Order: sequence, then C-alpha cells, then structure tokens
Amino acid sequence: MAKVLVVTSGKGGVGKTTSTAALGAALAQQGEKVVVVDFDVGLRNLDLIMGAERRVVFDLINVAQGVAKLSQALIRDKRLENLWLLPASQTRDKDALTDEGIRDIIAELRTRFDWVICDSPAGIERGATLAMRYADEAVIVTNPEVSSVRDADRIIGMLDSKTVKAEQGEQMKKHVLITRYDTSRASRGEMLNIDDILEILAVPLLGIIPESQDVLKASNVGSPVTLNDATSMPARAYMDAARRLSGETVTMVVPTEQRKGFMDRLFGRRAA
Amino acid sequence: MDSKVVPKRQIMRLRGRSYVAFVFTPFMPIMNWLEEIDATLTHSPDFFAGRPIVLDLSAVELSSHGITHLVSNLEGRGVRILGLEGVEASGLDSGLPPVLSGGRGCLIQQAEPKKVEVQPPPPSSSLLLQNPVRSGQRIVFTEGDVTVLGSVGSGAEIVASGSIHVYGTLRGRAMAGINGNSAARIYCQKIEAELLAIDGYYQTAEDIGETLRRQPAQAWLDGDVMRITPLN
Repeated sequence: MAKVLVVTSGKGGVGKTTSTAALGAALAQQGEKVVVVDFDVGLRNLDLIMGAERRVVFDLINVAQGVAKLSQALIRDKRLENLWLLPASQTRDKDALTDEGIRDIIAELRTRFDWVICDSPAGIERGATLAMRYADEAVIVTNPEVSSVRDADRIIGMLDSKTVKAEQGEQMKKHVLITRYDTSRASRGEMLNIDDILEILAVPLLGIIPESQDVLKASNVGSPVTLNDATSMPARAYMDAARRLSGETVTMVVPTEQRKGFMDRLFGRRAA
Repeated sequence: MDSKVVPKRQIMRLRGRSYVAFVFTPFMPIMNWLEEIDATLTHSPDFFAGRPIVLDLSAVELSSHGITHLVSNLEGRGVRILGLEGVEASGLDSGLPPVLSGGRGCLIQQAEPKKVEVQPPPPSSSLLLQNPVRSGQRIVFTEGDVTVLGSVGSGAEIVASGSIHVYGTLRGRAMAGINGNSAARIYCQKIEAELLAIDGYYQTAEDIGETLRRQPAQAWLDGDVMRITPLN
C-alpha cells in the first residue's frame, strides 16, 4: 500500500527540502519505489537538491491543469532507478494549486509508487495546507530553537484539523525530525535539548540529524545527502530515520561530534 | 457621443395581492352600534389602531351623506376605513373610500406572543480536550469549564466562562471567567503561561514569579488582585 508522507515545518529554512531528498533517496536505497513531490510552487528547490534542474520539462501545475500527463512530468533519478521527482513550477505561484488537481495527482501517484513524499513550502497558507491535505503521515522538521518549535506546534495543530484524514476523524501519524542538532551547544544550553522539544511537541521522534558541513556540500553538488556520502553522520541519521519510517525499530543515537583526540589533531594533517 | 439623454421608459407593472382586513357590519340603529364600538374602545383604546377595516353596509340603508357622516364618525374614534362593501359605487361622495367586492371570510388569528416554556437551566457543562492544544489554536467555551488533558502550546489560547484545568504544561494563554465569573480559577500541572486572565484581570509571563515557573500552580482572584499560588 502506498504511503503519502508530507515533510513540513511551518518555519522556513529548517531543512524540509534537504530532508525530503535525503529520506526519499534513503527509502529508494532500501529498495522502495519513491517519488518526491515539490509543492513549493514559485520557489522550487527540490529539483536543485536532487540534481535534476536541467531536466525539468513539465511540472506539478501542468499536470494539475491537464496540460501534461503525469508520466511526462515525472523525472527519474540518474543514480537510483526507483527514485523519481515531480517538480514544482517556478513561474507560477501557490494560487495555481487547486484542491481537486492535487487530489487527483496524489491518487494517481499512489497507484504507481510505494512512497509519495511531499515537500511542503514554509508557512501555513495554501501551498502548505494543500501539501498536507491528502497525506497519511507527516514528518515535522524542526531545529532545536524556540521559534522553530513553536511553528512546528502550529503545523501539528493544522495536521490534526485541516487534512482529509483529520476530517474523517482519523489520527494522522506524525513524526518529529530534529535537524541541525549540535550536541555540544545543546549541552551548554545554547540550544533546546531533545527532551524539551519532545515534551513541547508531544510527537514521537523520527531522528536527530546533526549539524554538519556534509549537508551543505551535498546540496551544492545536487545530491541527496544519503547518496552523496552514505557514511557521513547526517546520511547515517537519515538512513536510520528512513528505516524507522518503514516500521523498523532502530535505536536512537544522539549524534556526537567525533572529537578528534590530541594525537589525531597533531598528526591529522599528515595522515590525510 | 450623443449627449442627449433619452429617458428610458419604465414599464408599469401591476400586481394583484390579497390582504386580510377586519370587516365592520353596522346595524340599525346606528347610534347603538356606535356605542358598541365605544365600549370596545374603552376596554382597549388601541384595538383598531393601524388595522385595515372594511365597512360592510349591506345590513343598513344609508344615504350617501349618511355614509360620509358614519365614516368621519369612525375616523374620530381612531378607526380608519379602507373600503366599503355592500353599496352601489354610483352616487357616493368622491371623498369616500373605494367600494370593494369579492371579499372572502377567513379566520383572523391573533398574533399573541407564544408562551415561553420555562426550561430548567442546562446542567453546568464542561469541555474536555483529550489532545494537546497546539500553537495557533483557540478554544472558546462559554458554557462552563475547560479541561485539557495534554499541554497548551505557546501561542495557543483557551477562553472559558468557567475555570480552566490543564493537566499538562500551560505555555499559551488562559482566560477564565470571561462572562464576569470572578470565582473562576486556572489550574495547571506546570506553569509557563504567556498570559493568565480571570474575569478581565490579567497577568503576563513577566508578572509570574520565577519560583513558580514550571511548577503546579493555580490562579485565582482575591478581590481585584490576581493571585498565583503553588498547587500542592
């Protein structure tokens, strides 16, 4: 049975698109057939992170308006044959999205894929509400700081009231994904710690993605972080999160920066 | 462009419509009949005021002058005649109301105000919220207490006419006793509220003592001072 997952946050810049690409690629790497859908009409980014920006012909709006067929708009990943992208339109805005159009596209994607991962735009307006509207599950991305957590709380309230699942009286399954987590700063009290965030949001934890240069590096070369360097810390954290999404029980590891010892630092250069 | 404005001809539309009117049927001698009217008017002086009344003259033989006299007599008593019935239109004074025909009898229902059945006041109810109240959500309940089993998020708002009970952490705003109930209270397991209000008196997060923060607490009104005290 296909699962429709929305990756959302309320606040911008917390890592929705990065997480969509990384989780999508991780699930595909684990053998699932995955499509990642960019709902950020007008400010599309997912194509860049996926490294598919030069192959976009038709987009979500074209399909919603019946200008193009879904098969014409879907872009297959060059590295993983079971990973696909449905890009957003850059020349339109969120008003071009219609409820019926999205409903039909999601219904069709359900028949073709195991996972439909919707990358929500920031905010609580039309784009964000339509991205979550037909979802079965939600990943709420938050950074360990108060404004991001409060916005996440707001979005959870909307997931519980404005989605089709909520309107049918069902409970939407929700997961919190904490990104840009820095253990040392959290221990110094410069960031909210994991327990505080979970206590405020009262939603189960999907994973903790450490703050890392690897994420930026991967974005700049147009590759999901799990594909770019599967051994990096964020890639491993996303891989674990993807396995938890599939229902596996994976022990939660709070990522700690591998502190280089004195000797390593002394001889680091020579060894490299 | 031609500057002359040709007035557009309005087509006059005529419509038929029926109304209900009282019908007076005077009898001879007219003086006795007028006394009857006067008797009614002494009971309730405004009984005929503003009501459409038709005068059925089929039971009396009156000259045109007699009819004019009767109509002005009634007008003097505050009874205005809408039309006449049972007389020939010819030979009547032009100042008299028009002659009507084709009237049908009907039951006139007195529009009395319906008696309001005294209902027992509804049992004091309360609203139970099993899920956390999220940032941006606003719960307004004007019929009693609100109980929240989870937490109330920062930026959420609970408004109740009665008391507010929060079994999780209260991080948002809570306003109790909004309809002037100064006995309402706010209780919570852990206080981190942005604002507390009871019956219009409020305190913001800044006013809540640091020692109380993150503790079980209650807020209540002591006269016109809001007190926040630990719950033990």
